[in-house]
Parts: sequence; structure tokens; C-alpha cells
Amino acid sequence: MKTKSLIYYTLISSIFLFSLVSIWKILVTLQGVELKNFNFAIIITLGIAISLLNLIIGEKLNYLIKSTFFALIFTIVDGYIVQVMPIWYNIGIFAILIFFSFKINKYNQKYLASEHSSQIVVFDFLTLFGIVLFSFVILFPFYMMLITSFKTQAALLINPLDFSINFNQDFAELFKSYFVIFDTYKFGRYILISTFVSVGTVIVTLLFAIPAAYAVARLNFFGKNFLSTSILIIYMFPAIVLVIPLYTVFSQLGLRNSVGGLLIVYTATTLPVAIYMLQGYFRSIPKELEEAAIMDKLNWFGIIIKIILPLSIPAISSVALYVFMIAWNEFLFSLMFLDNPNSFTLSRAIQYLSGDAETPRQYLMAGSVVVTIPVLLIFVYFEKYLVSGLTAGSVKG
Amino acid sequence: MSDTLSKIEKRTAYILILPAVFLVFSIILFPIFANVWISFKEVGLKDIRIPEPRAKKIVKSIKDNPDQLKVIYKLRNSSLILEIRDVKFQDKLPKNIKPINLDERCRVKSNKIYCEFGNWKAKYRENFQILLKSSDGKQLNKKELKTIKPKLTGKSDNILLNTNFTLKNFKKVFFQNEFFDLLSTTFYYTFFGTIGSIVFGILTAQLVNQKFFGRTFMRSVLLFPYVGPVVALAYTWELLLDPYSGTLNNLLMNFQVIQEPLNLLGQKYLTINFFGFDLKLRLALTTVIIFEIWRYFPLAFLFILARLQAVPKELYEAAEVDGAGPLQKFINITLPQITAVISILFMIRFIWNFNKFEDIFLLTGGASGTRTLPINVYEQGFTISDIGMGSAVSIVIVALLLIFMFIYFKLIGKRADEN
Repeated sequence: MKTKSLIYYTLISSIFLFSLVSIWKILVTLQGVELKNFNFAIIITLGIAISLLNLIIGEKLNYLIKSTFFALIFTIVDGYIVQVMPIWYNIGIFAILIFFSFKINKYNQKYLASEHSSQIVVFDFLTLFGIVLFSFVILFPFYMMLITSFKTQAALLINPLDFSINFNQDFAELFKSYFVIFDTYKFGRYILISTFVSVGTVIVTLLFAIPAAYAVARLNFFGKNFLSTSILIIYMFPAIVLVIPLYTVFSQLGLRNSVGGLLIVYTATTLPVAIYMLQGYFRSIPKELEEAAIMDKLNWFGIIIKIILPLSIPAISSVALYVFMIAWNEFLFSLMFLDNPNSFTLSRAIQYLSGDAETPRQYLMAGSVVVTIPVLLIFVYFEKYLVSGLTAGSVKG
Repeated sequence: MSDTLSKIEKRTAYILILPAVFLVFSIILFPIFANVWISFKEVGLKDIRIPEPRAKKIVKSIKDNPDQLKVIYKLRNSSLILEIRDVKFQDKLPKNIKPINLDERCRVKSNKIYCEFGNWKAKYRENFQILLKSSDGKQLNKKELKTIKPKLTGKSDNILLNTNFTLKNFKKVFFQNEFFDLLSTTFYYTFFGTIGSIVFGILTAQLVNQKFFGRTFMRSVLLFPYVGPVVALAYTWELLLDPYSGTLNNLLMNFQVIQEPLNLLGQKYLTINFFGFDLKLRLALTTVIIFEIWRYFPLAFLFILARLQAVPKELYEAAEVDGAGPLQKFINITLPQITAVISILFMIRFIWNFNKFEDIFLLTGGASGTRTLPINVYEQGFTISDIGMGSAVSIVIVALLLIFMFIYFKLIGKRADEN
């Protein structure tokens, strides 16, 4: 056994244990439990002790007995001696310790003697640490959004750290923020507008993009290369430089505050990437199929409808989902073009709501949940399509 | 024969691409050129409304005279700043009605009143009256008269279409707009946002490229910030970071990490004492950059992961046989494999971060030292209401963007030559 490996192993494993316990403590604090200290010194000492004991005991004891033993020691010291904590806190700590013992079980004296063992230990724990940390950092704001929408203004002011939800209150009380945003702030209408704009954008974009992509992929014409490179360059141009001219022109044409105007802009901004994604896919369809169709005297319309479309359902779905997501999430143009509350999209409505400093924040969060949930559901359900869309589209915002 | 075929092919191709090209041209390319035009003009937000002649029609009966009616038209110029020339007025009368004592600017022709009011100055107002009399002795119908709306037309200057140009906007952009402060903030934001998202992208891709329980779930979760709507996420962060009721500050104070709440989004500088040196950190800007990284590292993650999964396993196995440790494997195999992806990502993210508007706008609105060029476009155009200035800033953005793209394509071309 190398000393270097031993030091790395004990230190990094106890730091890992400390971070696990700390995240658990943060979550517990957010349930309204009073907890003022991470007890860095005590946890690290315990962690080092457990890691060393694990090496000393090795395989002399059954794995299950060993982990239960470690978990019990830690739980008793942390939850009963250092501070007295509720039972569910201790159950959580116990589970974390079982998990931790399971992770360190594979390290024994022989293992630490092998080549590169110190590096491997560091990498292993960094991986675990990364998984825990990234999940926490990413999910926490979403968790907060959801919980805040179920709280009341008073409860939030009394203890901003209390994220616990009282499930004993009746249904109407619990979902009060949602009732309010749908009743008072007309969110039902905004959902309809957002859906209409997004679905409309998808349909119009596909109607324009499929023929154009087919032409770029298959037909020879003057300016083809120029067109396919300019598609990408155009896509790099940001929305913010389009805003002022479009605003002036739309004002003069009376297209502001109209859902139709928004639809045109969304379609134009998503067209380049839709064409780019589709033409890449169309190129991969074997040419022989179309040659047979030309023999059968089908025109281009027939070719697209009868041959290209049925073969490219996956690509078209991923473009459609991708465009839907962009249109649903879009904010800048809806901010610029809509100032009449009757034609707001969801994003614009939430921003409008927040403009009033009096608006309780649980309403704001309820609105945020309403706008976020459809996108996340679609994403999780159609992840395969969307990921390929994201990778091909590559350059969205 | 083949000649006609290729002609047909060409024609079909043009028909197929024309709708898309037309739309993209009018909504994306035209505005970019229009920016150039507007940026050389002195135009405010209020100037872009086209002045209209308007008339509000009021019908009144006259006491003691039941077969006569008085119609009052409240005429006005809708614009407060522009003149309307050659205003023409037209209104229809029901069949049995004739006007009496008609104003000399008007005449009647087959049941219609035509008037020529000449030029109306800005803010012009007039109450124009017509007396009407029944021609066949029947009762006059007030309602019918009211439902007929007068038509007005007039010519006016459209400030956007005249040819008065000025360099004033660009002078202001470069000399009165704290331009270098803007530029440095933008670059700071762009550069660190890009680097950060790529670094975290590499780390997470490396993580997910290993086998562990819940790996597919982890992959979905990592993409959440990227697919979520920016409005919802920005407001959630704002709540999270609030100095008084925000969760983060309260947590940090609860665990005694900090004594005083930090106004993470509202404080320009944070002075940190570092071994006796006072370091000034751009606090709000840093927070905004962290949000930026949080939201956009998933894209880098996705790209790098796709690349990592394509790296042949044999490379790692061979390295293992040669006795390489994890660190050596990462430096000597993984990194060289992903440099191409990283350089593309760097350019894409750099350009996109450079143009990012929504995130900063929603988090700080450009206050406390987070004013970047895109934020300035909005501020100039819609907060200060100076459309010309806003366009001039847009032009600066486009120019810088073209320079980046030029460099990018130069570099890509070079790469292609080398391979």
C-alpha cells in the first residue's frame, strides 16, 4: 500500500462524504428544521475514521454488517451526540452512509497498492461528486420554482427557508396561486395563444422548409452553394439587431399586437435551421427511389409527398419539436411586438406580471411552472428526437 | 433533351425555394440593411407613427326644428409633430337628406359630401359642422346617420423615407455612450460565459460518458436548463438570489458562511480582501455570467458527449496496456479527440453570447454594471426612445459579428487545408 494513495483515499472520500451530508443538511434546513452548522471538523474526522476502518477491517467482516456498523456509528454521533435531530433526518443520514460504505467497499489494501491507484481514487470520487453536485445545482431552481408556487406570501416572509408543503390544507388552498393566475390573470388565454403561435410556427415552417430543403438537397440550380452557406450565416445573426427595423415596419403596417405578425417572425427566424437540418437528412435518402418515381412520371410535388415525406418522419419530427420549443420559449420578439394584454404569449405574460412589484412571487412561480412544464414534458418524452435536433441545430440561442 | 430537363429542374428548384427565401429576406436580411438606413437618421420612437387625419362624428337634433339635424365632425391631426397635406374628406348621406348652408370647402355630389381641407399642421383641431334637412318631409333617422363613417385621406412625410442623413448617432455611440465600458463588459461577459460553459460541458460529458446507475436520467436532467423557457428560469434565479427573502442568501447566513446578505444582482462591485490586497470583483456581472454558464453548458455537454462516444474504445485499452493512468488517458486521448468540437463550440457560443439579450434583461435589466451591447440597443431604442441610436448600436454589433465570422471561417478554412 502506498502512503500517497492512502492519503488521497482517506481525504477525498471524507470530503465526498462531507458534501453528501451537507447537501442533505441543506435539504433538511429547507424543510424548516433548525440547523446552523455543517460541522466540518466532526464530519471529516468521522469520514477519515470510517475510511481507515474500512481498510483495516477489509473483508474480515461481511459487507452488510460492515456498512450497517459504519452507518450506525455515524448516525449516532451526528444525530444524537453532536446535535439531536428528528428521526427522518437520521434515516436519511443512515441511507447516505450505507451508500458511502458501498462505494468505499471496493478499496482495500491491495487495491491501493496497485499502479495509478491514487489517480483512480481521485477520478472515482470526482465522478460521484460531480453527479451529486450537478444534479443538485441543476434541479434545485426547478424544485424551488415548484415549491414556491404552493406557498403563501405570509409563509414565505416568516421563514424564507421553509420549503415544506402543508398537505393537510384543502386542495383549493394548496393550488391557490394556480387558481388566481387562471382566474385573475387570464393564463388560460395565454396558454391558448402560446400554443397557437408555436404550433402555427411549426406548421408554416415545415411548409416552407420541406420544399426548400428538397431543392437544396437534390436539384441543381444557379446559386445553390451560395444559398446553403448563407443559410448558416443568416442563422448566426442575432434577433436583437432585427428588433428595431422590424418594430418600426410592423408599427407602420399595424402588425404589432397581432399574433399573425409574431408567427411570421418566428417562422422566418427558424426557417434557416429547419432547412439546414432537413436538407442534411434528405441527402441521406437513396436517390434511386426518386429516379423510379420520375420514371412513373411523378412531378416534384408527388415526389415530396409520396417518397420524401414518409421516409423522413424522424427528421421532420425532430425539426418540428425543435421549432416548437424555440417558438414556445421565445421572449424577445413577444416583448417587442405585444403590449396589449389580450394578445400576450405565456412568456410575455409572466414578464408583464413581474413588472408589477406588488405581484406576489408565488403567482410568478406558478406562471413559470405553467410555462415550463409543457416543454420539459415534451423534452423528456421525445428526448431522442430532440437531442438529435439540438445537435444538428447546434446554434440556437 | 437534357437541356430542357435541366431547365425544368432549375425552374422547379426556384419555385421550391422562393417562398422560404422571400420570407427570410424580408424578415431577416431586409432589417439588417434597414438598420444601416435608420442609423443615419435622427428618429425617435414617437416619429415612427404615421400621422392620420381623424374625424369623430356627432349627430345632434335641433330644438324647435324637428326636420333638421346638426352633424359635428371633430377633426384632428393624430400626430403631435408632423403636418398632413391635402386632407380630403368624404361622407355619405342617406337618400332623403340634403345639407344646407354647406361650408365653402365642400360640395355635394350624388348623396355624398366631398370636402378639401387643405393642410393640417401638427396637433390641428377643428369642429366642423353641417346642417342637414330632410328633402321629402319624412322624419330624419339619427341612427342611420351615425352608422355611416366619414373617410379621410391625406399625405404626410414619413420620416423614415426622407433623405435627411446625419452622423450624429454614430458620434453619440462612440463618444457619449461609455462605449469602451460597454465593449469591455460585453467581452468580459461573452468570454467568461463561453469558457465556463465549455469547461462545465467537458466535465459533465466526461461524467456521463462513464457507466453508472441513472445515467440516461442524468443526461436528461443536464439538458433541463437549456430547454426550459428563459423567462421562468430567470425569475426563479432572481428569487433564489434575492438579498432579503432569497433562499441562497438565507442559507449562507444560516450556515454562517456570510454575515451580511449579498445583493448578487444589484451590486456592481464586491471588494474582497485577499492577503492584504483589495480585489474588486464585478459582482452582478459575475452572477449573470454564472447564470449564463448554468443555462448554456448543456449545449457544450451534448456536443462533447456525442464526440466522446465516437472515440474508439481500443485507444483507451491500448493506453491501459501501456500503463497510462486516468489523467494521462484524459490528456493524451480524450482532449485531442475533442479539440475540434471545442473550437467549433467556442466560436458558436462566443457569437451567441455576444448577442445574448434576454438573460441579462430579465435578471438585471442592464443595471449594476451588466450593460452589454445588445442591452444597449434596447435601452437606446425603447427606454430612451431614440430609434436612430438603437440602430447605430445594432450596426456596431453586426460589424463586430462579421469580423468574428470572418476570423472563424478563416480558421475553419485553415483547418480544412491542414487535414
